[in-house]
Amino acid sequence: MFNYLVRRFLALIPLFFGITLISFVVIHLAPGSPIDVLADLNPKMTAEAKQRLVSYYGLDKPLHERYSQWLRRFVSLDFGVSFSPDRRPVMAKIKEALPITILINALSLLLIMVVAIPIGAYSAARPYSAFDKSLTLFVYIGFAIPTFWLALLALILFSVQLEWLPISGLKSLDYARLSLPGKVWDTVSHLILPVLLSAFGGLAGLSRYMRGSMLEVMRQEYITAARSKGLSEREVVYKHALRNALLPVVTILGLSVPGLIGGSVIFEQIFAIPGMGRLFYSGVMSRDYPLVMGILTIGAFLTLVGNLLADISYAVVDPRIRRGGQR
Amino acid sequence: MIQSPFWRSMRQNPLALFGGLVVLLLFAIALAAPLLPIRDPYSIDAGAVMEPPSLAHPFGTDELGRDVFSRVIYGSRISLWVGFVSVGIAIAIGTFLGSLAGYYGRWVDGLIMRFVDVMLCFPTFFLILAVIAFLEPSIGTIMAIIGLTGWMGVCRLVRAEFLSLKERDFVQSARALGVGHFRIIVRHILPNSLTPVMVAAILGIAGAILTESALSFLGIGVQPPTPSWGNILTSGKDNIQIAWWLSLFPGLAILVTVLSYNLLGEGLREALDPRLRGSR
Repeated sequence: MFNYLVRRFLALIPLFFGITLISFVVIHLAPGSPIDVLADLNPKMTAEAKQRLVSYYGLDKPLHERYSQWLRRFVSLDFGVSFSPDRRPVMAKIKEALPITILINALSLLLIMVVAIPIGAYSAARPYSAFDKSLTLFVYIGFAIPTFWLALLALILFSVQLEWLPISGLKSLDYARLSLPGKVWDTVSHLILPVLLSAFGGLAGLSRYMRGSMLEVMRQEYITAARSKGLSEREVVYKHALRNALLPVVTILGLSVPGLIGGSVIFEQIFAIPGMGRLFYSGVMSRDYPLVMGILTIGAFLTLVGNLLADISYAVVDPRIRRGGQR
Repeated sequence: MIQSPFWRSMRQNPLALFGGLVVLLLFAIALAAPLLPIRDPYSIDAGAVMEPPSLAHPFGTDELGRDVFSRVIYGSRISLWVGFVSVGIAIAIGTFLGSLAGYYGRWVDGLIMRFVDVMLCFPTFFLILAVIAFLEPSIGTIMAIIGLTGWMGVCRLVRAEFLSLKERDFVQSARALGVGHFRIIVRHILPNSLTPVMVAAILGIAGAILTESALSFLGIGVQPPTPSWGNILTSGKDNIQIAWWLSLFPGLAILVTVLSYNLLGEGLREALDPRLRGSR
């Protein structure tokens, strides 16, 4: 078990450096520089002042030197100082935004699991029943629906027409004056739509995947054996089949992290939530290299952690992997 | 191409046929848009700003008094265009790298597949966003970038096909006859591995249309005044308190289009794969 995990972990390290290297090159090779953005804002800037800024930010050094400098700083978790006027360290900005994004994504991941796994298992236990067919329909629609559109519709219905839920942000203006239950409800009501909607996309995918995995398991001989032992169908499905069918689903959950992170850009933009997605969007718009690079790195890191967690949980539930090592 | 089991399977799959039909219809509409008896999607009418749907404007009008119905129709041209070109790019890259990896194996394979792993680990949408925002946002940039970040699946598919095909007798005999590597790859193996690629392409178009609309929605895709479903939705968001029709209709258009491509793609996958045939 331990050896297996160490091996999986070591395999992630080159992957991580590959990702940061590609991000770095892509960002820095793109035309347009933060100095141009500053110069656009301040037309009186002289060529000299521009040059000073360029060397101040180290933009005149060759690419490989800048990358190795970035790496050296990264080892001490220092992503440098943001190019934005407030000149705060990138790490400080990320520290504010990251918990919000993680909270929303963790909640929606939880919701996805709690809903999708039973639904998928249930419809696989009765293939081609009415329930199963409506699941298939739901999956097709879920895959085709742009979730940001769904978010707009939900806002129109619940926030504009019915006025049940707030339209944006994480806190109401009068948050400080609310009582404790009031504060809790305030936070919950701000989170409902973002969490529900970011779960929606994954819901279709995971329930379909769960169904497929379950159908696969139901064809196995040990299920026939369990049935012929005289176990009730209930026990066969929910004890013997379900556990085995969960295996591949666990992996998929780990692999869905990049999608969730990517999706947070749009959701945080729509709901005006001050998380990583919104920070990234603003960083990209102002060509804030250190900020963009920092967030891409954290995003890659989270993705790899997702992969690793998937590997670990896979090993925990499947003894074959623990002992055999190779997948 | 026209094998009877294929058509039998397609005929038994009304959803796939429906998807195919809608795809053809969307094509016809997009191509014929300038000929249709609809309003000019660019003509501004200060006297008809933000009108709800009516007989004159079935989908209402936007903040400049432009007819949303014709903007949605013209938006379909953008979607199709982006879908096809970006998937074309993805297929080209994926097929090229996939056939190299599958045919030559060893370190070529190792190198290419590690690269694929790295690319798959990216939160793709972040990468797309970073690149597009640093470039000038335009329809060309979008197509290029969606293509450049979407080839990994195809690469894996083609590689897998090559791995199994290159050991087959017809390839071995071509090699024994002294046919060169390039010719074996292009003339003998590639044509036999294109079926799954075609299915991936159709599903890929659906994905590309979704990505394009999301990017245009964020304001870094197709730029106004050119109508695209995504950027109409942006004005829907800006006017969310007063104009629901700006949000509803373009999204429906995306839903119907993407759904049709997915239904067609899944139907083809079942019809072309003997193992899945009759499994429904």
